[in-house]
Amino acid sequence: MNTQTTTQADAPQAHASERAPEAVVEAKNLDLVFPTNDGPVQALKDVNLTINKGDFVSFIGPSGCGKTTFLRVMAALEHPTGGSITVNGMTPDEARKQRAYGYVFQAAGLYPWRTIAKNIKLPLEIMGYSKAEQDKRVEQVLELVELSGFGGKYPWQLSGGMQQRASIARALAFDADILLMDEPFGALDEIVRDHLNEQLLKLWARTNKTIGFVTHSIPEAVYLSTKIVVMSPRPGRITDVIESTLPRERPLDIRDSQEFIDIAHRVREGLRAGHGDD
Amino acid sequence: MKTFLSVLTVLAAIVAFWYAACVPMNIKGVLDTAERGGAEVMPATSKARRDMGTFGLVAGNTFAIAQTWEQDRPRLPAPHQVVTELWKTTVMKKLTSKRSLVYHAQVTLKATLMGFVIGTGLGILLAVGIVHSRVMDMSVMPWAIVSQTIPIIALAPMIIVVLYSIGVQGILPKAIISAYLSFFPVVVGMVKGLRSPDAMQLDLLKTYSANTAQGFWKLRLPSSMPYLFTSLKIGIAASLLGAIVGELPTGAVSGLGARLLAGSYYGQTVQIWSALFAAAILAGLLVALLELIEKIVLKRMGMQQ
Repeated sequence: MNTQTTTQADAPQAHASERAPEAVVEAKNLDLVFPTNDGPVQALKDVNLTINKGDFVSFIGPSGCGKTTFLRVMAALEHPTGGSITVNGMTPDEARKQRAYGYVFQAAGLYPWRTIAKNIKLPLEIMGYSKAEQDKRVEQVLELVELSGFGGKYPWQLSGGMQQRASIARALAFDADILLMDEPFGALDEIVRDHLNEQLLKLWARTNKTIGFVTHSIPEAVYLSTKIVVMSPRPGRITDVIESTLPRERPLDIRDSQEFIDIAHRVREGLRAGHGDD
Repeated sequence: MKTFLSVLTVLAAIVAFWYAACVPMNIKGVLDTAERGGAEVMPATSKARRDMGTFGLVAGNTFAIAQTWEQDRPRLPAPHQVVTELWKTTVMKKLTSKRSLVYHAQVTLKATLMGFVIGTGLGILLAVGIVHSRVMDMSVMPWAIVSQTIPIIALAPMIIVVLYSIGVQGILPKAIISAYLSFFPVVVGMVKGLRSPDAMQLDLLKTYSANTAQGFWKLRLPSSMPYLFTSLKIGIAASLLGAIVGELPTGAVSGLGARLLAGSYYGQTVQIWSALFAAAILAGLLVALLELIEKIVLKRMGMQQ
């Protein structure tokens, strides 16, 4: 309860600095229906969400709730069948051409025939950066994900966690403001995952990116996020949006604090409520 | 070491079976020769022997068994006869001699390699088209499959006649028949290889707004390499087959196919068998060479540790 009062006391100040938070993503009444052989499937129904600049937003929910689909809509990999969505005030397709976001998939997906450095150069080559600029950026992002010195290695020479860090570096290389991550640590063991979560928060603090993060782990969502979007399936929709009261600076042991446990509890309640429908 | 011994055992079993098979295959011929030479054979006349089973003949004339492996024109030559013939016509002959198998092999090899290059190039081009164009996928692929159902032995003379009538002769008709056989495995393998990147890989490139050409050079082509090499190994063996078949209807005087044909005209079974073995050894060497290149390339590409 102590934290609650401090938040209250800080509130006016906080408000002053966040008076006009800059909306990066705005979804209004978003619908997406996939046609399938068994009839249409409503992947997203009436989704309304605003993501502000610098937010770390987690999407959590059971499989089929549309969390990945929503991320893909933001990235223009899927196209909504109703409602509207803007990224940086543009359509997702335009935003992609402006290199507004980097996308990290569940699998690292590094090219085995390229070294780590050459893998990171992949988007830079496609986007037509000069050789010198490519080298400079590779150095920078390798340092950001703590992989300096590994540029000359091939993917198979790295552990799973290191490969995923390299794939994050690849997404960061062209300086997109938005980082979209689809269960990036889902295939890794818990110890590695904790370590990567900690690193990701540091990276977020240093780079000031806006991050959209899909997960099905409650502790991961609570630990990382400033905003937790709880979703439920059939049809995929948002059941709760939780603004985290945790400070931005988060050591790993914050997960034992009462505040953390309270937020995790609310997420769990939201997930349970969503499931009650079916 | 243990596997080496096992392989050796299997090889020994094959050779032993071959020697054993020579006995009933050749016994009649041996006995006819022996009878003409004045030897005592059971039964005594060729007519009576014709009505007897070969195993009965072997049982009644055990003295003739060793000779079934030494005939001049046996129905089935013994392994050592083939090996001796191979040795005589490769190592013991000048390479330029018309009787050297090495000379004939290099004639066939030239057509094989030319056909392999044409076939592989065509195969890759078709695969690229098929992967990128739905129309090509639906129109070319069925024809490619149908083309392989026509027996090449029937088609080869037609190709040669048609090409001859427009003034093309020599190595090119052989190479074209060889290419006809080798393009198909390359098309099938490369279509699969170029389509091997998964949806996630393709989505990743989409997030970079990469165009089709970039996707091809940076992702599809490198991903297809293991498939390409598998196809090439099948393709080169098919190429060699095509080149040999291409030599048959032309009445060619040089090449392994010509050697086979001449052998069968004159009943020189030992010559036929040694030409067959030369072709098999050549195919083995070509495939082994491709395997070596595959190993080096894939290792350098980090796709095989």
